[in-house]
Amino acid sequence: MQIGIPLESRPDETRVSATPKTVTQLVGLGYEVVVERGAGSKASYPDADYEAAGATLVGRGDAWASDIVCKINPPIDAEIQAMSEGATFIGLINAARSPELLEKLAERKLTVLAMDSVPRISRAQSLDVLSSMANIAGYRAVIEAANAFGSFFTGQVTAAGKVPPAKVFVSGAGVAGLAAIGTARSLGAIVRATDIRPEVAEQVESMGADFINVDVGEQQESSDGYAKEASSDYAEAAAAMYAEQSKDVDIIVTTALIPGKPAPRLITEEMVRQMKPGSVVVDMAAANGGNVAGSVPDDVVVTPNGVKIIGYTDLAGRLPTQASQLYGTNVVNLMKLITPEKDGVLVLDMNDVVQRGITVVSAGEVTWPPPPIAVSAAPAVPATAAPPAVVEPAPPKKRSPYAGPIVMAVCALALLALFWVSPENLLGHFMVFMLSVVIGFYVIGNVNHALHTPLMSVTNAISGIIIVGSLVGLHSASTSAAVAVLSITGILLASINIFGGFTVTQRMLTMFRKA
Amino acid sequence: MTITLQQGSYIIAGLAFILALAGLSKHETAKRGNIYGIVGMAIALLFTILGTVLTTSSAAGDIPAAPGWTIPVLIIAMLIGAVIGITLALRVQMTGMPELIALLHSFVGLTAVLVGWNSYLEVTDHSDKVHSVELFIGVFIGAVTFTGSIIAYLKLSAKMKSAPLMLPFHNWINLGALVVFVGLTVWFAITPNLILLAIMTVIALALGLHLVASIGGGDMPVVVSMLNSYSGWAAAAAGFTLDNDLLIITGSLVGSSGAYLSYIMCKAMNRSFISVIAGGFGSDGAVVGEAKDYGDYHETNAADVATLLTNASSVIITPGYGMAVAQAQGPVADLTSKLRAKGVEVRFGIHPVAGRLPGHMNVLLAEAKVPYDIVLEMDEINDDFPNTDVVLVIGANDTVNPAALDDPSSPIAGMPVLEVWKAGTVVVFKRSMNTGYAGVQNPLFFNDNTLMLFGDAKERVEDIIRAL
Repeated sequence: MQIGIPLESRPDETRVSATPKTVTQLVGLGYEVVVERGAGSKASYPDADYEAAGATLVGRGDAWASDIVCKINPPIDAEIQAMSEGATFIGLINAARSPELLEKLAERKLTVLAMDSVPRISRAQSLDVLSSMANIAGYRAVIEAANAFGSFFTGQVTAAGKVPPAKVFVSGAGVAGLAAIGTARSLGAIVRATDIRPEVAEQVESMGADFINVDVGEQQESSDGYAKEASSDYAEAAAAMYAEQSKDVDIIVTTALIPGKPAPRLITEEMVRQMKPGSVVVDMAAANGGNVAGSVPDDVVVTPNGVKIIGYTDLAGRLPTQASQLYGTNVVNLMKLITPEKDGVLVLDMNDVVQRGITVVSAGEVTWPPPPIAVSAAPAVPATAAPPAVVEPAPPKKRSPYAGPIVMAVCALALLALFWVSPENLLGHFMVFMLSVVIGFYVIGNVNHALHTPLMSVTNAISGIIIVGSLVGLHSASTSAAVAVLSITGILLASINIFGGFTVTQRMLTMFRKA
Repeated sequence: MTITLQQGSYIIAGLAFILALAGLSKHETAKRGNIYGIVGMAIALLFTILGTVLTTSSAAGDIPAAPGWTIPVLIIAMLIGAVIGITLALRVQMTGMPELIALLHSFVGLTAVLVGWNSYLEVTDHSDKVHSVELFIGVFIGAVTFTGSIIAYLKLSAKMKSAPLMLPFHNWINLGALVVFVGLTVWFAITPNLILLAIMTVIALALGLHLVASIGGGDMPVVVSMLNSYSGWAAAAAGFTLDNDLLIITGSLVGSSGAYLSYIMCKAMNRSFISVIAGGFGSDGAVVGEAKDYGDYHETNAADVATLLTNASSVIITPGYGMAVAQAQGPVADLTSKLRAKGVEVRFGIHPVAGRLPGHMNVLLAEAKVPYDIVLEMDEINDDFPNTDVVLVIGANDTVNPAALDDPSSPIAGMPVLEVWKAGTVVVFKRSMNTGYAGVQNPLFFNDNTLMLFGDAKERVEDIIRAL
């Protein structure tokens, strides 16, 4: 099948849905890839590289006429018409907010795979575009803040005086928030972060930030991996915490989003007013209504008290090369999932929760929203008619404390009976035997595990002592030819053991050396 | 020469052998231990040979010297043995150690059989029933050791399929052979004759064949140490037959050493000795490897692993038998020294049953010049995984399987394993997604922090070294 990579039609879009590297991988999956001329130019991927990677350069019409069209932004009307009936569209759809787009796509009998509807389960992480874009956006948010901020992030003591480190507050510790924390930390700032889900505190701390807990007795856990709207008690406590933080910090990065709802308002006008002049606020939720009062999408607002509010909505697109590569890799991972035979034929398995989740239109039928799946629950047990083959772990055997001594006593009595009827000289040998076994166990118990192989070869060598038995046989060698032959053979074999065993042990031991 | 001088030399030799084994407890004293072993052996041999060529006086009357022609023959036999032994010892690859050890066991077993037959043939009076029983037991153990070791040798050197031979009622066959042996022993004690001895020898040889043939390749560490133990008991039994305390001492030392090693191996697999001897995993009809959905694995490439390693501050490598098969120990050692030169802390974690011989991995790594003080055993390193950035799993599977700890229905449940999944990132070197010896799927491969690097371990490690 043919995959078309068109040039993004939105004028401010810098990304492209495939890079030369991912084209190679798509070709490896058996697909024929056509790329619209100039598709990757804004992301620094020249046409020649695509060609070298195995793609064919085509015009706009041909790219859109492919069996599978892979894009980033939702298609505009003209693009929907340019697709052939029954084709597959892969891209960001924002299905929750664009029902009429879904209808239009369905009318054209298309199949639409929404890269932004990947269910949040660990198996699907490799195709989760929201995560990969959020990661880039979080990084860029801090870079934009640093650009707009008038001071260092890191504290320094210079000849010209001491510079205190910048204080950064990150609200929302999702993928974007964690990326922002990591970036701000690596620039040297003091970073604090909060999240409505207390269980992410550990992740925040692992990135080197302090976790600020909103202290109410309520647990916010979500079964689908996203944050939910908070209760009013929580909101009050959170507001107090935000007010306190905004007075203290230099940079605020807000990342709070609730799926399908407007972004929660975290930073009020009053809080912005109390911030120090020169402070920077990056509102990563500006596109969805904003977490910060006064933020304007795709713009920088400077408040009367000198606080800059950055409302860029294209933060990921500001790193077009990286963003295209990650988006393209997400697409490749999706294609791997739906090309099980690696033969360039797309096969959708609607029983797979991941594939079901991303398919928002299936051959002209709107299939959004997908049935809910919970990620916090245990992995789904396949329903089978057969009774579950549960192997009960055997209960530990209860042993009477007397069992040991009783067994010992029985053994001792049996041995005693045996010795009673034994000839005298045998007992002497038994004494030697018993003592040697005990000594053997204690001595071997101390042997270093690493020396077990040399131990075996040295025991090989010393068990060659059985040569003594054969040597003794030589006394009768003249009376019986058979005895002579057996003795000599025994001597030969045991000698192999003695000499071979000691030599190989020595060889091994010289190899062990200390650092 | 007097018999007391000879017996006295045996006491010294026995002591030297104990010191030899004690010396192996530490790397620092190991070489000295080997020297003690050589000295003990030299003393014992010297006085035994003198006793053979000279008339020995004892309280019970003089023992005449062996005929004069035996002296050159004896020396020639020993020389031939020495040449063969030393050649084998110098030529053997460290990956081939298990085979050599198994082969050497078989020699002890065969010699024990010969000694037993000798002591039957050289006397005409067989009225001593105790002696007859001792002789019978000695030959039996020797014969089982001999054929068992030969099969182990063939399996380890891949001259024979290592999969377990599964005859119907194989456990009953073994048990039946033992019962027949006991019956024959009683019969032989009452009416000693050569035919009974021959029948018993044949049965014992067959038992040895069958016993080891029905044990699979992954259980070989247990089998080899078990045979080590048997070869010791065979020598001890010969000591009883010949009234020779040195043979009893040495045989018991070797026997208990092998038994202890078998015990360690069984404990490391959380299996009883009997279940190992009775056959491979899953042979009792346990439900293995349900078609469970483990999700997807993440594939990676050598260049990415190189980056990962360069950025890591601590790395643990957990090798398994696959490293030996791929002969990857040299490149692994290279990788280790390169990373250490870059200031990365590299250590090795060795599971007790890794490889085909107790301590096999240690010897391989030592041969490749990996310093032994960074090669740690499982118990020493298991707590360090959470603080480790990258773990490289090279050719190991069951020994790093988390199912052993969290899935009570797994065939390997309860087996102590290297807890590699607690580290930051785990890179698994593997040929394919096939299961390990136990036939159990490994959930480790599907973890989010696990990256799979497919292909020949040696080539992949070399790729990483180039990419560093």
